Amino acid sequence: MATLVTDNCDLCRFTDCVTVCPMVCFHADDKMLYIDPVVCIDCGACIPVCPVRAIYEVKNLPPDKHHWIAINAERSAALPLITDKSQPLPGALERKKQLGF
Amino acid sequence: MLKIAVVGSGPSGFYTAEALLKSSKAEVDMLERLPVPYGLVRYGVAPDHPKLKLPATTYARTAALSGFRFVGGVTVGKDVSVEELRDAYHAVVFCCGAETDRELGIPGENLPGSHAATAFVGWYNGHPDFLQHSFDLTQEQVVIIGQGNVAADVCRILAKPVDDLRQTDIAEHALQALAESRVREIHIIGRRGPAQAKFTDKELRELGEIPQACVSLDPADLVLDPASAKEIEDPRGQTAAWNMALLREFASRPLAQARRRIHFRFLESPVALYGGQNLGGAVLEKNRLEGFPFGQRALGTGVTARLDCGLLFRSVGYKGLEMPGLPFDERRGIIPNREGRVIRDGLPLTGMYCAGWIKRGPSGIIGTNRADAVETANHLLTDMHTNASLPSKAGASVLLPMLASRGLRCTSFEDWLKIDAAEIARGAEAGKPREKFVRIKDMLDIVSHQAAA
Repeated sequence: MATLVTDNCDLCRFTDCVTVCPMVCFHADDKMLYIDPVVCIDCGACIPVCPVRAIYEVKNLPPDKHHWIAINAERSAALPLITDKSQPLPGALERKKQLGF
Repeated sequence: MLKIAVVGSGPSGFYTAEALLKSSKAEVDMLERLPVPYGLVRYGVAPDHPKLKLPATTYARTAALSGFRFVGGVTVGKDVSVEELRDAYHAVVFCCGAETDRELGIPGENLPGSHAATAFVGWYNGHPDFLQHSFDLTQEQVVIIGQGNVAADVCRILAKPVDDLRQTDIAEHALQALAESRVREIHIIGRRGPAQAKFTDKELRELGEIPQACVSLDPADLVLDPASAKEIEDPRGQTAAWNMALLREFASRPLAQARRRIHFRFLESPVALYGGQNLGGAVLEKNRLEGFPFGQRALGTGVTARLDCGLLFRSVGYKGLEMPGLPFDERRGIIPNREGRVIRDGLPLTGMYCAGWIKRGPSGIIGTNRADAVETANHLLTDMHTNASLPSKAGASVLLPMLASRGLRCTSFEDWLKIDAAEIARGAEAGKPREKFVRIKDMLDIVSHQAAA
């Protein structure tokens, strides 16, 4: 079991989660972040700091988001690590509003 | 090169060191009271949570960075003063955590059988300071005051079948005592309601998954007042909403025979402990909630009831200890600071910083301290960068001879690696990930024995 990033991160990428990860296990592409399930210790530090609630522990994952488990595993293996906070993507604040946060 | 002293080697100390070293502008000497590093990762995280100890692997990587030095076995404020550190270093970062716990402040609190939860945690984790403590596990009724993650850890260690702990790094003395445990009923008591319990949902869920133990609670306690109902609908109340769902599921379970039973009780505060030679029980006052969502306080109703118990643990908050030579906020139990810059009378103290629990109080989990430490480290680097006339500082070349002249036997990170390897080898014999040395002398013997060999 691990913790994973889901679709709300897409086009936001606020990266607050990266700053509290004790294991440094976030990976990034141009659109969003992914968690490496091999390195993640499932501590949950990242879950409450996400401004758009994109991060779930597998046990709390809504059924319609289960495909994100495989996506996180595949994408994190292929992408570079992100170790520090970076600027949110342009338009992130509007998207956050659209998502109801 | 900046010479920085970091006081404390727990998560906030290592995250501070990591941020400073990665700037390539600083060397870090990390001072630790014990001969061994990692603070709460070694001595706070429960033995049955091995994954949560893995951040130590990242700390070992930080320790391998050039410019890092570990100085174990030195107590700042006693073996060396804050003033002396200030003279030897460009800056000092205090990362010494919340070393003591808050008391209940009620009559009978010091009866034998009433303990700080942290003493139990230190004891089962083999912390040298808590070796002399003993806990009467022949008692069948146990009360835990507080509903945070430390309370959950204590409850889980008491409730678990001892065989489930044998392959962990729990201290051998604790394993022996727990094997004789006669604990049957564990009451875990919160002063506010179920929506205000501070457990993370993960810790709460685990309490419902313990083999041979069952959970029990009064379904009437799960009827929320309007303000609490608002809290769990709010995005800020997500953890509380998950907790409520778990508690409702617990309440719906059929009554079962079990070796041990965990009772969740809400809206109760102890007002006195009673007993004679030993603790006999607690007088609990029923509370009601008052206030707006996320600002609700527990107010006593005057209605009290007795709950017999022979063992009680308080887990109602933690605070730091005052460091001689530094200002201290007695009420919050922290060093007064602005984003990690230590302040006295509203003004920053040059070269003095803090990070972690001594900076913001005991909140969050291990990773929370990474962001917190980065904030402090960034301010420190900015301050030093804007100060054009930085004098050169002697750092360890003054500190180490000073400590040696005072008769201290300090450990290096290489020494720790020897102790670490010896603990892992000892543990392997018993099928444990490690068997900790619980006496400082035994830790130092490993170092000197290997040096002599």
